Amino acid sequence: MEARQVKEKFWFFLCGLAMVVIGLALGVLVGFIAFKGGRVLSLEFLFSFPRHGMSEGGIFPAIVGTLYLVLGSILVSLPLGVFSAVYLVEYAPAHPVVRAIRSAIHCLAGVPSVVFGLFGLSVFVKLFGFGVSIVSGSLTLGIMSLPVVIASCEEALRSVPHAFREASLALGADRWTTVRRVVLPAAFPGILTGLILAVGRVAGETAPIMFTAATFYARGLPRSPFDRVLALPYHIYGLMTEGTRPEKQIPLAYGTALVLLILVLLVNFSAILLRRRFRMVRKW
Amino acid sequence: MLGEKTKLSIRNFSVFFGEKQILYDVTLDIPENRVTAIIGPSGCGKSTLLRSINRMNDFYENLRVQGEILLDGKNVYGDSVDPVALRRRIGMVFQRPNPFPKSIFENVAYGLRVQGWKNRRAIQERVEESLKAAALWDEVKDRLHASALELSGGQQQRLCIARAIAVEPEILLMDEPASALDPIATARIEELIKKLRERYTIVLVTHNMQEAARVSDYTAFLLMGRLIEFGPTAQIFTNPRRKETEDYLTGRFG
Repeated sequence: MEARQVKEKFWFFLCGLAMVVIGLALGVLVGFIAFKGGRVLSLEFLFSFPRHGMSEGGIFPAIVGTLYLVLGSILVSLPLGVFSAVYLVEYAPAHPVVRAIRSAIHCLAGVPSVVFGLFGLSVFVKLFGFGVSIVSGSLTLGIMSLPVVIASCEEALRSVPHAFREASLALGADRWTTVRRVVLPAAFPGILTGLILAVGRVAGETAPIMFTAATFYARGLPRSPFDRVLALPYHIYGLMTEGTRPEKQIPLAYGTALVLLILVLLVNFSAILLRRRFRMVRKW
Repeated sequence: MLGEKTKLSIRNFSVFFGEKQILYDVTLDIPENRVTAIIGPSGCGKSTLLRSINRMNDFYENLRVQGEILLDGKNVYGDSVDPVALRRRIGMVFQRPNPFPKSIFENVAYGLRVQGWKNRRAIQERVEESLKAAALWDEVKDRLHASALELSGGQQQRLCIARAIAVEPEILLMDEPASALDPIATARIEELIKKLRERYTIVLVTHNMQEAARVSDYTAFLLMGRLIEFGPTAQIFTNPRRKETEDYLTGRFG
């Protein structure tokens, strides 16, 4: 064999190997959680309350709590994210200040989530007096996911051909009408995909809700947005660190982890399906 | 122009992009209900001139204009002019067909809805009239609610013309409307332009000299940002007064 061919084979093998390692790691992770968690998974586990200091029972309130937090964070991040992306893409002049703001937003994505948690604690819980509650947690999670939502909205808006905007403006539409009637509808699938991916991340975050929304124990489901809630990731943390019956709690933690994993995978999978669907519909 | 009523009067009009000057002191009277072609090699500034008429160039931040463009005697760059209202009087058709990713019907209805039309019957009637005027009705009347993106390129361009005339503008600006189309589709667009002249003042930018010769009444020849010659199309093509025009028309450059 020639040296060139050896080199070709070697690098090809190396890339393939990396691929196999990743696949194995992923498979082991999912398999492990599924194996350990599958043993406790049942309808009863999904739909009942924790009992006996978390050592028995299910995770129903944690599922509900996570859903509330996710929905709440969407209420925060969707309007804020879409409007700021529209401003950045459609209106903002090419000015150094605007450029600085844009980089600042993207940098926010790199801030550790526990920092957002502390921010939420001092601002929403204390300063605004919302207490440890769904509202405080949703605001914290919403703000944490803003950089991702804004970035994906910006990308979606930029992918709308300039020709659509010109056509609309030339017909005597002003800029806002153009954005509302042409650009946003065309960008909608991209915005939705970005939002769903952000949701997948929000659902699994522990640190931001630790001081702002979550609790290990609640009597019944939350009755108002100002109640504290159980949430899946925080419940896992609780099962592993609190209580007195680890031999009973650890299997439950794996069960909870499996539910969270399935939830996040479902969310991300639906984003992929949506994107595929819209990619077939749109032809520009 | 002798015996013609002037619709648009371009007076000492210059355009600068940053430091670079794109148009030099262009003066040109565009007559009403005629087709005026603007020809010239790529980069001569003909599209810039066209887009200055309905102020589509306003969206470029570094662009500056000098001089006047008078629409019925009133400067479109005047302080009191609202460019959005101006564009409702001056329709535009672009080089590449650019229908919205909406239904055929909604494409044509778009300008009406933007202007606040609510009455469904009135909108339906106007959409039908416009599609007929654009010679597209018979091909799409059974699938008005299908996506406009399913149409062929030529059909899409006629749809864009229907969309532009639905709001009954006074002037129709066309920026190389047939350059992205095949010869048969091109022929249909040209036929349409000749017919639309009865109701609209048309300004047609083209780098295709035959097209200008076939459809226009008047021709302006632009070269490197300057207006070289303007006159009746027949005269420009058979008996140009300037040497540059003759060189261009005979294919010596461009």
